Amino acid sequence: MHELSIALSIVDLAAEEAERRGVKVNAVHLRLGPLAGVVKDALLFSYDLACEGTPLDKSRLIIEEVPVMVHCSRCETDREPISLQDLRCSVCGDPTYEIVQGREMEIAALEVE
Amino acid sequence: MMSGPRLVEVRQKFLKQNDLLARALREWFRRAGVYVVSLVSSPGSGKTAFLERTLHDFARRHSVAALVGDLATENDAQRLRRSGARVRQITTGTVCHLDAAMIERALEDWRLEELDFLFIENVGNLVCPASYDLGEELRFVLMSVTEGEDKPLKYPTIFNTADVTVLTKIDLATAVEFDLEAAKETIRAVRPGMLIFEVSAKTGAGMIECWRYLEERRNEARAGSALSA
Ligand SMILES: Nc1nc2c(ncn2[C@@H]2O[C@H](COP(=O)(O)OP(=O)(O)OP(=O)(O)O)[C@@H](O)[C@H]2O)c(=O)[nH]1
Ligand SMILES: [Mg+2]
Ligand SMILES: [Zn+2]
Repeated sequence: MHELSIALSIVDLAAEEAERRGVKVNAVHLRLGPLAGVVKDALLFSYDLACEGTPLDKSRLIIEEVPVMVHCSRCETDREPISLQDLRCSVCGDPTYEIVQGREMEIAALEVE
Repeated sequence: MMSGPRLVEVRQKFLKQNDLLARALREWFRRAGVYVVSLVSSPGSGKTAFLERTLHDFARRHSVAALVGDLATENDAQRLRRSGARVRQITTGTVCHLDAAMIERALEDWRLEELDFLFIENVGNLVCPASYDLGEELRFVLMSVTEGEDKPLKYPTIFNTADVTVLTKIDLATAVEFDLEAAKETIRAVRPGMLIFEVSAKTGAGMIECWRYLEERRNEARAGSALSA
């Protein structure tokens, strides 16, 4: 499980950003893709631990799950695949070779006061 | 002045440090002309066995070295050192994956210019290594025939961060009634077009095809960097 180390780095980044802006963080908004290799529940659990004793103590973690998108060359556009286990275009059924979205792991925003 | 809660946009990748360092490593590897390949798999799929044979035989034609990640022991590094190749252990302790900083530290005093290939054995784990770029040029995901055909369905992410699948322990395929075609179909459902090698580190079957592929890729990479230089 590497979610704790990831949670720690999120807390670090957010604390740094908060200090620079002179604000207090109430919540951290993440964008997380299913192909990031990070388990959402484990991250939520680790986050509370990671916050303890930091300026982010008692802050919330809000995770927006970003869907996987692939480029379909037959449809000539980005589509959702059938599933993570079946990377074919959900519209025309062609196999797709390029993942254009779904690896995201980023802090999108901070809720501050 | 007091103000109520508000949302400020940040947009920070949270493994940015690792990504930046991995990018720097990749540039270093390219300048030095060393082709770097990492191996990921479940515990026991045969990474060390694959490397033992590779360091032993492939090393007749190329200058080859390896880094080996392991939670606690030096065993894998000791096995690999018997080949005579340069091998360094990275003991990760409680950390279940290698990251770019560990690679950088392990290579600090190496002269990469002297190497043609560097192999990196990641910690046996199909989840955590997926998030960490190590600066490698190619990532092999190994899957042994004893693990069943549906591994890719359970761990699609690692198959999607890898470039090549290596089906290992192929000498045991018949004994465990491994369905090769079903396995390939599953791999290519998760990752359309993925290149698949079938090897046995025990008998040596299929290893030459792997090495030939690595030689081709390295030549391509060198031709590419000569053009851009
Ligand atoms: N029959 C057979 N056994 C193999 C083959 N490759 C590996 N093994 C056996 O599988 C076991 C595990 O192999 P390792 O090479 O240690 O696997 P690993 O992926 O390095 O394991 P970890 O580092 O612990 O994750 C050992 O007992 C090997 O002898 C093979 O090609 N054929
Ligand atoms: Mg090993
Ligand atoms: Zn389509």
